[in-house]
Amino acid sequence: MLKDITLGQYFPGNTLVHRLDPRTKLILVVVYIVALFLAKSFLSYGLVLAFLVLAASISHIKPKALLSGMKPLMIIIVFTGLLNIFYTTGDDAPIVNWWIIKIYKAGLIAAFFMILRIMLLISGTFLLTYTTSPIALTDGLEALMSPLKKIKVPVHELAMMMCIALRFIPTLIEETDKIISAQKARGADFETGNLFRRAKALVPILVPLFVSAFRRADELATAMECRCYHGGEGRTKLKVLKYGKDDAIAFLAGILLLAGVIVLRTFGL
Amino acid sequence: MSNIITAENLSFAYPPQEGKLAIPVFENLNLEIAEGSFTVVIGPNGCGKSTLAKQFNAVLLPSGGKVYVLGNDTSNEQTLLEIRRTVGMVFQNPDNQIVSNVVEEDVAFAPENLGVPSAEIRKRVDDALKTVGMYEFRNHAPHLLSGGQKQRIAIAGVLAMQPRCIVLDEPTAMLDPRGREEVIRTIRTLNRARGMTVVLITHHMSEAIDADRVLVFGNGGILADGSPREVFTQVELLRAANIDVPQTTALLYELKRQGWDLPLDALSTEECAEAIANALLTQTERSQK
Repeated sequence: MLKDITLGQYFPGNTLVHRLDPRTKLILVVVYIVALFLAKSFLSYGLVLAFLVLAASISHIKPKALLSGMKPLMIIIVFTGLLNIFYTTGDDAPIVNWWIIKIYKAGLIAAFFMILRIMLLISGTFLLTYTTSPIALTDGLEALMSPLKKIKVPVHELAMMMCIALRFIPTLIEETDKIISAQKARGADFETGNLFRRAKALVPILVPLFVSAFRRADELATAMECRCYHGGEGRTKLKVLKYGKDDAIAFLAGILLLAGVIVLRTFGL
Repeated sequence: MSNIITAENLSFAYPPQEGKLAIPVFENLNLEIAEGSFTVVIGPNGCGKSTLAKQFNAVLLPSGGKVYVLGNDTSNEQTLLEIRRTVGMVFQNPDNQIVSNVVEEDVAFAPENLGVPSAEIRKRVDDALKTVGMYEFRNHAPHLLSGGQKQRIAIAGVLAMQPRCIVLDEPTAMLDPRGREEVIRTIRTLNRARGMTVVLITHHMSEAIDADRVLVFGNGGILADGSPREVFTQVELLRAANIDVPQTTALLYELKRQGWDLPLDALSTEECAEAIANALLTQTERSQK
């Protein structure tokens, strides 16, 4: 039952977007988010949307996959939209004026933009995780954050931890499944009772899981030491990150997007 | 042949914990492992086989005596990396030794740690994966592989360091018979084709049959040391120490006790069958006369 959980889902492929350097993609996502927050008009939102559609179509990621990622966040999206409808006041007469509810045209527009902004934000970041393997993502983050080493931020250690965590997610999920089955076989009940009872029923799952995780961590540490692990100092990489021609094109597209949005904003369009 | 590992008067005790005394594991052990040899270490549970193995690459340090790896003292911090890259180690649970969720990235872990240039790492990774027969799986996720395949990845991860000796601590204990066969075949090839020194700790006597040397460990010391034939013929000694003998030896031993004239040192199934057939033949010949 836990097999269905996907964390940072990745759709392997060999498109231009997949092949881009992870650093390029991370920077592009930041540029994209900045552009999104600078956008103010239909035209500039359209530009950002066009950028997303272009990237998605190049990467062969189906719109359905991008939309399905939004499902768990639907409540937040709807709630933000409603707040914007009811709490924005305009200069002109309200469209709806009933009891204490007043809805203005400006409110509807604000709500529309807000929903569009959240949806674009989510799809943009999903496109990153859909097209970049977790390992590449970790490598990219480590490379981008490496200047922070100068101010004693443990960048390598953080990247290593993330890599190991990703490696052990499936192993621990499998283990949890086994523990659940073992406890069920001994008569444990996870499905009935109120919320408090159900939460309490989780204890006999979590305790053995934690004990075994610590044991694994201990063994893994020994195995890593046996393979000469001694921190990030003097470490080399199997795959060295290298910017290519595609990355230059991607950066150019990112700059054009940002410039376009800024120009539209200054001209008030 | 020179020795790759030498233990001199080696003693080890786990440090005392609250309210308990120190637990001595072994005392005054003298041991040499010859370069290029295939040594199998057997012994009952909890006799200190794993503890001994961990002395060989300085994961644990002796509390008395010395261990030398190619002449380097394991208690010397300066040569720690040198020792660990000379003596690689594979553990029981393959899941707990794999660090990355891509096979080739995991195999690259050790050379990455050693600061090997990227092009050279690529070569070593491909070479190690081909040696264990897992090259086609280089882009797979380890958790989707079988136990035997995972253990072969773990061996490849050690091979990528290009060690001169590989110590395996019950590498087949968690595997099904097929996985066990895969792993043992890989280990044998390493020893025979590449001349790598192998120290294999195991519970499966069948894995010990074609080793160069069998070390029986128990009661804090070495009970028997010699070729498989020399060791496994001492059935009484092994049984007293709670150690199984290979099934072939057990069969021959019981038959011999019943009065059959059989040698005890026919270890492989074929040899054993032949010995019994010969004995039967002599029996019939004798009765015909």
